[in-house]
Amino acid sequence: MTEPTPDALLRVAGLGVEFDVDGQRNVAVEDVSFEIGRNEVLALVGESGSGKSMTAMSLLGLLPRNATVTGSAMLDGQELIGLDPKGLREVRGSRVAMIFQDPLAALNPVLTIGFQIAEAVRLHDRRRDRAAVRARVIELLRLVEIADPETRLGQYPHQLSGGQCQRVVIAMALAGDPELLIADEPTTALDVTVQAEVLDVLRRMRGRLQSSILLITHDMGVVADLADRVAVMRRGVVVECDSAERLFAEPWNDYTRELLASVPRIGARLVVTERPSVPASARAITETADAATAPPREPAPVLDIDELVVEYRSRGRTVRAVDGVSLSVRRGEIVALVGESGSGKSTTGLASVGLAPVASGSIRISGRELKTAKGRELRELRQRVGVVFQNPTTSLNPRFSVRDAVAEPLRVHRRLRGRALDDAVDRLLDGVGLSGGWQERYPHELSGGQRQRVAIARAVALDPELLIADEPTSALDVSVQARVLDVFRELQERLGFACLFISHDLAVVDSLSDRIAVMQRGRIVEIGQREQVLSAPNHPYTRQLLDAAPVADPVAQRARREARVG
Amino acid sequence: MSQLADLAPAPVPAGRRTPWRRTPWRRTVRSIRFLVPAAMLALLVVIALFPSLFAGLFGNGDPRVCDLRMSGDAPAPGHPFGYDLQGCDVYANVIYGTQSSLAVGVFTTMLATVAAVVLGTIAGYRGGAADWIISRLTDVFLGFPFLLGAIVVLTSIGQRSVLTVSLVLSLFGWPLMARLVRGSVRSVRNADYVRAARTMGIGTGRIISHHVLPNALAPVLVIATITTGSVIVAESSLTYLGIGLEAPAISWGLQLASASSQFLSSPHLLVFPSLFLAVTVLSIISLGDTLRSTLDPRRQQ
Repeated sequence: MTEPTPDALLRVAGLGVEFDVDGQRNVAVEDVSFEIGRNEVLALVGESGSGKSMTAMSLLGLLPRNATVTGSAMLDGQELIGLDPKGLREVRGSRVAMIFQDPLAALNPVLTIGFQIAEAVRLHDRRRDRAAVRARVIELLRLVEIADPETRLGQYPHQLSGGQCQRVVIAMALAGDPELLIADEPTTALDVTVQAEVLDVLRRMRGRLQSSILLITHDMGVVADLADRVAVMRRGVVVECDSAERLFAEPWNDYTRELLASVPRIGARLVVTERPSVPASARAITETADAATAPPREPAPVLDIDELVVEYRSRGRTVRAVDGVSLSVRRGEIVALVGESGSGKSTTGLASVGLAPVASGSIRISGRELKTAKGRELRELRQRVGVVFQNPTTSLNPRFSVRDAVAEPLRVHRRLRGRALDDAVDRLLDGVGLSGGWQERYPHELSGGQRQRVAIARAVALDPELLIADEPTSALDVSVQARVLDVFRELQERLGFACLFISHDLAVVDSLSDRIAVMQRGRIVEIGQREQVLSAPNHPYTRQLLDAAPVADPVAQRARREARVG
Repeated sequence: MSQLADLAPAPVPAGRRTPWRRTPWRRTVRSIRFLVPAAMLALLVVIALFPSLFAGLFGNGDPRVCDLRMSGDAPAPGHPFGYDLQGCDVYANVIYGTQSSLAVGVFTTMLATVAAVVLGTIAGYRGGAADWIISRLTDVFLGFPFLLGAIVVLTSIGQRSVLTVSLVLSLFGWPLMARLVRGSVRSVRNADYVRAARTMGIGTGRIISHHVLPNALAPVLVIATITTGSVIVAESSLTYLGIGLEAPAISWGLQLASASSQFLSSPHLLVFPSLFLAVTVLSIISLGDTLRSTLDPRRQQ
């Protein structure tokens, strides 16, 4: 542990949070102690349920009524724990301010951003007149590097991008000149390139304002990019606390090591791992956008998308989500589709199972056209395709037990009953490492990773020729993600299905895929072999994506940052 | 309450590998939250079917034996609920009124709920033109003044029995519930698990019966159980206007209607029928609530 700093801004000692749920006591945070020095960024890292957010919320008295907080948190000599509502109001905003995860949810959609920031300004300094408030709002917007603040003032949140919204939220938090800024997963809802911008804003702002930041995150890359010191939490306890450089270089706690090891890194997979399931001839082709260029002996691709255009119509306006995408996936091959939100990657995936309105182009699955298929033919075609959705919590029917969920496709399409059905379900669940007692559980009784494994078992139940995985690990913690990816890889090697793997995370894609297609604004800007795309990208956007993703290594990340900014 | 049967999730797997859990029905049946309202309702149903068995308990079992001299008198020995305005025994009247009131309440709710679920599901799941037509239809019915509509329909039918009154009441009761079903179905229709079912090539019928309705009907059930009570009262206002059940009929609604004017001088006229009504509605609501949590795996410990 680090030696106590003489001039700490916030000194948390023996902090505990307990919840009283129907007479049962659940300990969420147990004996947490840490310090934040002046002008220091402390990252509180941990997986979901580790108590990191609870710790931060308890500082501002934001926990629900059934929570009991013990211990002490001294902010520059003032005790925060057990403060009365009036005292809390004085601390909130003006001494400690908070930034939340989802910027769009944190802003009021019916008020202009200028009004919302002005409200925050007036709240902390009532003597300012109109002109002074306006000047201060513009100053704040400049501080968070929003271009042309005078015009932005009159705009509504929906007119701004996600990154700009998060900057507005940061500007509001800064309105009261807080000594401590609590940032709860400030970039989790944002794309990598936008995340990089927001992190840059936070870093430069901190240099100018001399304020401290308590950064709560699960992303080791973000920690490496911004934090001076790191406290790792697990099950309500701080297991390790050290300077960022030392923690990343030589973690001594087993859990920290495990956490760092499970962070996927680009280039971690050996380049030489030749996957036997992929025909060598398929690997030799780098540009396979068009199946016609393939040698004639090549078997027909399982998924063949040609000049696909998807358009959504709403209130007379037409939005083109996918604009002329051509892509093919062969048997036994994993093709990754990467891009940021709004790039059309998920829409392409949805269109491949007939869930998106195809305006033109064709989608063939094992040679059969999906676009014109109707009724029975469409249902038959869909049996050949398995889909894994991003969020396992919403993709499993809450009223179906694990068994029912996995059994349903077999019951409906294979007409299996009784023993045969039981055996098939057993086999499938064994395949994803959920055997025995799990079968009668319902989704709400499972963890996120277990749910996603059930969803994967369900997707491969009919032994599909093609599996479409839409960000299957984005909603999961890193250590869970590693396990789910392992399950995925095993199944793919055993069953040999073709796979379209949609993801925004280049590191995940690197660990799994054979080929990578990069999408931007509805088009594929680059497609090629994994090693080539990741190590020698041709398109500037691919390079931008690669540069923006922070790596979980503070030294390397600083070098990358300087290279990018400078 | 027949629609409850459709709400059950895939049948609880029997035997083989469930020795240690998943017997929600057995546990529910044993719980007090099920037993008390179920017993109350069972008693009310028996009263409705065989009123003569209960009416005579205090020696004055005929609701039509009246003595105008006793008009509005307070409870007395042999007449535990007192006398009504005509001098008839209130207890016997309440007992005999159970049949028509319960029948109107349950029958109307069932009709309205079935219509609402069918139309609301079509509108919510199909969308497009079907949605537009059904939504405008509900708008028209919602905009129509209930009493005026009821007067027009009941006068033109001419015949006024439990059946026709229920039909008219459900005619004006389904639109609100249909709106609810529509909204609920729409929100579930786009849930990932419904999309997942579609990508598995599962037919529309099974998607609706297994994935959409079980997850969409909970709020409808709450409204349906509450509706039962308000329907029983609505019947009384129709009767009060002379277009509900006809004079020789006995119902709680009729009794409440005639008692409302004499409330200050003879409160017992209002209290006892209301008590029966309140017990009926409470039993139905709490039974509905218990069933709802039984059928929802998330609410079981």
